Amino acid sequence: MQTIYKDVLIIGAGLAGERAAAEAAGAGLSAVCLSIVPARRSHSAAAMGGMQAALGNSVMGEGDNTDVHFADTVKGSDWGCDQEVARLFADTAPIEMRRLCDWGVPWNRVVPGKSKYFKGGKQFDKEEKEEKRGLITARNFGGTAKWRTCYVSDGTGHSVLYTMDNRCAQLGVEVHDKSEAIALIQDGKTCYGAIARSLRTGELIAYVAKATMVATGGFGKIYKASTNAVICDGGVHGAVLDTGVVPLGNMEAVQFHPTGIVPTDILVTEGCRGDGGTLLDVNEERFMHIYEPDKAELASRDVVARWMTHHMRLGKGVPSPYGEHLWLDIRHLGEKHITGKLREVYEICTSFLGVDPVTQLIPVRPTQHYSMGGVRTNKDGAAYGLKGLFSAGEAACWDMHGFNRLGGNSLAETVVAGGIVGAKIVEFLKDYECNIPTAEITKTAAKQQQRIDDMISGKNGNENVYKVREAMQNALDKGAHVFRTEEGLTECVETLQDVLRRARSVGLQTDGYGASPELSAALKIEGQVKLALCVAYGALQRRESRGSHNREDYPARNDRDWLTRTLAYWKNPDDDLPTLEYEDASPSFEMPPGDRGYGKMQIISADSKEES
Amino acid sequence: MGRQLKFKIFRFNPQNPESVPRMEVFSLDETDSMTLFIALNRIREEQDGSLQFEFCCRAGICGSCAMVINGRPGLACHTKTKDLPDEITLTPLPVFELVGDLSVDTGSWFREMYNKVESWVHTDKVFDPTAIEDPMDNAIAEEIYELDRCVECGSCVAACGTARLRDDFMGATALNRLGRFVIDPRDKRTDAEYFEVIGSDEGIFGCMGLLACEDVCPKNLPLMNQLSYLRRKMGVVALKQIFKK
Repeated sequence: MQTIYKDVLIIGAGLAGERAAAEAAGAGLSAVCLSIVPARRSHSAAAMGGMQAALGNSVMGEGDNTDVHFADTVKGSDWGCDQEVARLFADTAPIEMRRLCDWGVPWNRVVPGKSKYFKGGKQFDKEEKEEKRGLITARNFGGTAKWRTCYVSDGTGHSVLYTMDNRCAQLGVEVHDKSEAIALIQDGKTCYGAIARSLRTGELIAYVAKATMVATGGFGKIYKASTNAVICDGGVHGAVLDTGVVPLGNMEAVQFHPTGIVPTDILVTEGCRGDGGTLLDVNEERFMHIYEPDKAELASRDVVARWMTHHMRLGKGVPSPYGEHLWLDIRHLGEKHITGKLREVYEICTSFLGVDPVTQLIPVRPTQHYSMGGVRTNKDGAAYGLKGLFSAGEAACWDMHGFNRLGGNSLAETVVAGGIVGAKIVEFLKDYECNIPTAEITKTAAKQQQRIDDMISGKNGNENVYKVREAMQNALDKGAHVFRTEEGLTECVETLQDVLRRARSVGLQTDGYGASPELSAALKIEGQVKLALCVAYGALQRRESRGSHNREDYPARNDRDWLTRTLAYWKNPDDDLPTLEYEDASPSFEMPPGDRGYGKMQIISADSKEES
Repeated sequence: MGRQLKFKIFRFNPQNPESVPRMEVFSLDETDSMTLFIALNRIREEQDGSLQFEFCCRAGICGSCAMVINGRPGLACHTKTKDLPDEITLTPLPVFELVGDLSVDTGSWFREMYNKVESWVHTDKVFDPTAIEDPMDNAIAEEIYELDRCVECGSCVAACGTARLRDDFMGATALNRLGRFVIDPRDKRTDAEYFEVIGSDEGIFGCMGLLACEDVCPKNLPLMNQLSYLRRKMGVVALKQIFKK
């Protein structure tokens, strides 16, 4: 087995991973990024909208500053975030945007003079100032008090990722693509790297490093309908959970988007509804006005997703070979509007669906979109439980998003956290030496080789990995989705425990040679089901509603009992449930818990003395 | 209901000593809005778990899933089966090293390309975290992004006559990449320095002008315009160098 030694091993080569690698390489350390796909194909590329940073250059962003950004972030999190981290994030974001500017990102810039913009279907005028000419401009995003989202046309993630990968190439950061980390090398106290499987040859390679960072993005693909790329499957989260000592934070906090298209779950913008699009059921009748008489289709993201799910549960969904869905109708907006102002929607429908939205209905359903939970770290990005292990980006629960993250904050987090955590890794390595227990490397590699051999020989059974995966996804889609109840979650947990037993007896149907995709799926399935159990069991225990976590049977946000973060451990590999512990949501409150300002909801105050 | 589709797919696993290159046939019932992404995943999950192919974003953004579809390179994720005949032939992209079946190694090829053209901003400026950004004209920013949109799918390289003939040809994608830095005011390279990189048969002078690159580009990048722009610009540099001698 080949063994590769580096100062820093980064698992994942998206924006968070590469930003941290650039920091390490810039400080003279050797860094390698492992990636399933070439770095530039990372899911960071898919973020179109932009990155929030309080630069305040645009006239609609005047008066913006890091305090306002901080407040928006904390409110958005429904007070579930770590406020020290949210502060760190808001303060650093403007510096990072300017740094990206120097590195080559072609941010859209302020153009002085009058221009028009739309809000709620109405047209308004604005006038940009001459003295701001050519500075980084911003667009409007939901949930923010000011226009704060820096952008590059409709390809912000793409453009920033390409710039970052250029920077890494310039600094000599190695990216080993087509490499999949399958286990961490650790002794219960310290992390020494990871065992990876080459997706070219199938061989195992040991990556040994003084510091290891998990930056693998979200794990949305444990759900069936997800906007995430197919690589966002939680494989490395499973490996982290497998250490038994590192907890995952707030796994029950999962964000859903109302209008993913069916079958491929690509998003169509909320602008469709903003401009007057309507949602229809199987009878091609509107229904949102029944539930939300005032706002109907224009209610907030989580509210619309909830009612859509409710309506489908009443049997009003449209059956299809890909499961039930509803219709989005924008036909009445007319061809000119659809091919002009909603061009991106028009292109998605025609390119990926073969549906012409000018004359046809668009099939949509609420779709898993973002994982607020992940590897729990402190504010330096150091994981709980293992020295030398770090995490950043969507993979981490750092935790600036709490129970709901705002648009434009996730992409900004990747570079901001990547930079901060990268610098902390450099600081950590300054006086850090470790004795590498080579026996641990051999042992971990041998254990993984044994797993592979057993799957190929069918020693543990012959369960089909794709069927097991489907059973897991169906259980989550049914019980741990937009709406959650005691009954639904209990059933979901029980089903998943059964699925876990099946996952432990997966055997390959094919030969497993080389980069075998079936073997890749089989190696991560047990970990994925454990993640699913962390989501469902965490949601079952959290008897309140906060941000994206909606308990029909506990509709109030309960600050008295649940102003906490869930920590999910998998203490023994053979357990069939995670061990849950809790910690305070924030070590200190710069902003005391209050109303979010949208989505009417009862709040049980932290000060209330009555018993539950 | 729908048609029954016949997929003729190239199979070869170089890691399996017994594997030989061949075409294999799979059948599938067509469903509404079926794309090659859906079809290939169904074939793998229901018929042959060893079938190798690449998808990542499955939304036309990342460029992973380029392959030769009925003779033409393109992205499989936004290819709808209803636009294809009953019989669909899928082969891997040529030029790139084969990983297995429909999967090729574009990552190594592109990494080498961008190291060759030094695909980063060349400047002496040191970042100052306390200073505001240097202003830039928005029109130039948008112009840079127009060329920055390449997703490195490799379709243009696979469709290129010269790239099929010589391994060292950088292809339309490299020229497009360099063009992005030529117009970027932050990059301080001179025309003579750019000429060093592309002023040869590996670069601008290798192109036979067959135009296939632009035809197959899924992002509709102006690849031929970019090439002729660089040729004109570099032509001036070449002439200057001749007269200097």
